[in-house]
Amino acid sequence: MAGTAVLGRLTWKVCTVVGLRDETATARTIALQVPEWPGHVAGQRVDLRVTAADGYSAVREYSIASAPRADGRVELSVERLPQGEVSPYLTQDLAIGDVLELRGPIGGWFVWRESQAEAIQLIAGGSGIVPLMAMIRSRVAAASDAPFRLLYSVRSPDTVWYRDELRALSGAIGVTFVYTRTSPPDWPRPPRRIDATLLAEAGWSSTLSPTCYVCGPTSFVEHLAKLLIASGHHSERIRTERFGPTGAQR
Amino acid sequence: MVQSRGFIGRRAAPKTALPPGQYVTEDFPVLSAGPTPHVPFDQWEFAIDDGKDVLRRWSWRAFRELPSEHISVDIHCVTRWSKLDTAWEGVSLDTLLDGISDDAAFALVRSFGGYTTNLPLEDLLDGQAWVAFNFDGEDLAPEHGGPARLIVPHLYFWKSAKWVHGITLLDRDEPGFWESNGYHMYGDPWQEQRYSGD
Repeated sequence: MAGTAVLGRLTWKVCTVVGLRDETATARTIALQVPEWPGHVAGQRVDLRVTAADGYSAVREYSIASAPRADGRVELSVERLPQGEVSPYLTQDLAIGDVLELRGPIGGWFVWRESQAEAIQLIAGGSGIVPLMAMIRSRVAAASDAPFRLLYSVRSPDTVWYRDELRALSGAIGVTFVYTRTSPPDWPRPPRRIDATLLAEAGWSSTLSPTCYVCGPTSFVEHLAKLLIASGHHSERIRTERFGPTGAQR
Repeated sequence: MVQSRGFIGRRAAPKTALPPGQYVTEDFPVLSAGPTPHVPFDQWEFAIDDGKDVLRRWSWRAFRELPSEHISVDIHCVTRWSKLDTAWEGVSLDTLLDGISDDAAFALVRSFGGYTTNLPLEDLLDGQAWVAFNFDGEDLAPEHGGPARLIVPHLYFWKSAKWVHGITLLDRDEPGFWESNGYHMYGDPWQEQRYSGD
């Protein structure tokens, strides 16, 4: 089967947990040292394989949260799903020095490349922030001047991932937090979903023809994609990544 | 394979054999690369061409007058979920391609919104593929590919193009959208052909 822009075969690599950081009460960032990591583009994913003592194994796909680094350190951020098979292990049991298997990077569409100089509109719902954070971090790492704006919708202040880093970045990129259920005490707005007004206030105008990346739960992505199109953005400029509901197993 | 200290996992025994690396989900996840196209029935059209000429074309009304079949199939997404015994109603590709004499070996399936996917023509024939317009007794919802989507259950589900608009018959295999973005040209779940090179 020849003919496509071929990557080499993606092989499983044994990687070591070198860092763990809680993002929220239910989400954790896992730093992995990956041997011979070929590098990645912001927005790409990996397959992670965990194997029990009896040889039973499970594989799940996770977005990379970190910018590419030459030393092969790759960070993933994982949300614990109560009924999940793999995410409770990754977010609760995993310890520094543990080994996992990983293959990747995967995916060539929902990505931001340093060569992209156009305006970028990022829109995240909940844990959909992860691949967008990789884009933001890659922009910083590449010292890119691409105009970035992030609209980040979360349920409540305690569900914000990467909070301090995002706050520190605002100025360089436009960051707007949107709280859907509980706002911080001093917040000027009551809890709300992103609507056309907010999109017009905090997002890039469609006249700039920004590339829009929308990541979140299916209903969120459907809602945002419709809002973007209704406000004049072209569907070819809107890239989406949806997750869930994927049953109770991730 | 290396062991992951402390990982236990679940060994739910599925009632049906699953392709390697898949797990069963009861709901129906949505995965698409861009906004959901909303195609009104009066603008819907399905056409088969050979790269130069349109060989056959149906309006929604003409398409819905074709004989349809009820099928129940297992579907397998490359992101590792499988959904068992999904019920669809659709028109067999045998019906749509009947009488077209073309020595093409490959098909590029085209969708509203610009999505494409490629597969060997023989994988569309002999009761292996349908253009489905009904899921679980209801009109196919736009986010799941309505008004109509391709169903090719023996390949990974990205081959089952949503919002299907037509098929171009080709002599040579040409990569579609995901096939140009790191995914396998054929995509057999039983061979675990997820990514290019698998």
